[in-house]
Amino acid sequence: MLAEGGKKMNFEAIYVIWLRELKRYTRARSNIIGSLAQNFFWLAIFGFGLGASVMIPGLDNYIIFLAPGIVGMTLLFSSIFSGIGVVWDKQFGFLKEILVAPVPRSSIMLGKTLGGATTSTFQAFIMLLLAGLIGVPIFANPMGIGIAVVIMFITACAFVALGVAIASTMRDPHGFQLIMNFIVMPLFLLSGAFFPVTNLPGWLQVLVLFDPLTYCVDGLRNTVIGVSAFPLTITISVLIGFMIATLLLGSILFRKTEI
Amino acid sequence: MMENVIEVRDLTKIFDKTIKAVDQISFEIKQGEIYGLLGPNGAGKTTTISMLATILKPTNGSARVCGHDIIKDCDKVRRCIGIVFQDPSLDDRLTGKENLDFHARMYGLKRDVRKKRIDEVLAIVDLTEPANRLVETYSGGMKRRLEIARGLMHYPQVLFLDEPTLGLDPQSRRAIWTHIERLNKEEDVTIMLLTHYLEEADHLCDRIAIIDHGQIVASNDPKALKNELGGDIIQLKPTDDNLIENLLGPFKGLEWVRNVTHIDGTFNLVVDHGEKRIPKVLEIAKNAGVDIFSVGLNKPTLDDVFLYHTGRRIRDERGDKAVMFKTMMRARARRRG
Repeated sequence: MLAEGGKKMNFEAIYVIWLRELKRYTRARSNIIGSLAQNFFWLAIFGFGLGASVMIPGLDNYIIFLAPGIVGMTLLFSSIFSGIGVVWDKQFGFLKEILVAPVPRSSIMLGKTLGGATTSTFQAFIMLLLAGLIGVPIFANPMGIGIAVVIMFITACAFVALGVAIASTMRDPHGFQLIMNFIVMPLFLLSGAFFPVTNLPGWLQVLVLFDPLTYCVDGLRNTVIGVSAFPLTITISVLIGFMIATLLLGSILFRKTEI
Repeated sequence: MMENVIEVRDLTKIFDKTIKAVDQISFEIKQGEIYGLLGPNGAGKTTTISMLATILKPTNGSARVCGHDIIKDCDKVRRCIGIVFQDPSLDDRLTGKENLDFHARMYGLKRDVRKKRIDEVLAIVDLTEPANRLVETYSGGMKRRLEIARGLMHYPQVLFLDEPTLGLDPQSRRAIWTHIERLNKEEDVTIMLLTHYLEEADHLCDRIAIIDHGQIVASNDPKALKNELGGDIIQLKPTDDNLIENLLGPFKGLEWVRNVTHIDGTFNLVVDHGEKRIPKVLEIAKNAGVDIFSVGLNKPTLDDVFLYHTGRRIRDERGDKAVMFKTMMRARARRRG
């Protein structure tokens, strides 16, 4: 594709791309329910299972500690796969329709990111409510819930953008499994969703600190259940920095994508 | 009005420094025309419109679409063209109407225009009734029609159709032809049609360029292309074979008869506009006292034209497919490497 059309933001285009993401999301009911159910099983089985023998200092129950981790996991999976959805648009041809329109690539990228982030945040929020259903005190701090949603949205934007960046380098959906094993799973496992990130062996500590999802999970713990390893200002700053980096990376790679 | 909507000068696209997909082609398309680019798969048709639609950057040469340069003004070019790709490009989780609405907003159509235009284009392609159904429930022909409607949404001056009836059954193909003719007239939109179906080019196009190995080998209106081959052949079978020689005299020397031959009891006349000459031919035969048993008219087809210019039949695609496959694999290797 040739040079960008006008560099100005095209808000109508951003809106309609966002709207398309929402429509596709709400029409894929079985997907929504399927992935929520899976994550709910993680929470319930690991929470009550490990909870029987694992104690987290300062908390009554392991499941309370685990819940924000599972919410973070929900967010990670649904945002990164929403971003990678671009490769399906490539496969089914709709990307051509989008790219041949007189709309700058940056606006397309932004619409896609905001759309994916909206649906992922919604999905993660439902997960949070489900956690409340099995006894996690999520409404202990209503102010905190508000900030938690902001943290979720920033993180979601970052991972959708990362997904778009990855998808831009793929020609077809064959690399899915590779991304799952080498990007998504490590991000999830190293995020401290299951364990506190303090007092880890040195090598693991380093890896955990380099995982952006660590800060999302920590921020959610901080705002929802009042337990955290880092101050909120640090977690939010790191997440915003990560979001800017992935947005830039995604924009650059997406601009180069060919149809 | 005889203004050129598209002007192409020496347009060239070379992939991987060696594969000439399009080789210095030049042509013009006039306002209101249906212009056909006819050629086998891999001849360079899609590469040509990809360049005209600013999806692909030319290696060399230049082109203007609606007066805008395809390299310098690609945004303006995009606004004035509609394009229906060879491969499907609809979102089948959206309804027909939603696909159109998406397109309209991407092209910045104002709200009231958008609503009115969606209804208009749906009516043009007869999709008003299923417009609110998800596209995944549409048949192949309906999807194609929706894509044509979508291409028209933003009032383009020129519409590119890349193999619009590929893979459709004959009935759907006819329906699409009717729609193409209708929108050409009613919407006054210039159409550039890419096809490897001879009947399609013959039926729809005002002018045709035959493209092979990235070069235009012949260009004219379909009738003229066929006439260049020497005209129509009228075949007469006399009731009595022995009288066939009697026909030679009266026909030889007539200025509208290009050639006269006879083989195996059939008398052949090469003429222009054969159908108009038949009554006269029969009259002459009758005057010569020869009773005619049957009359046949053979018109050259575009396939004959293609054969004449390229030395191959268009349907004989094996060679081209091999070339195309190679090109594709190389392009892939390049992207990965």
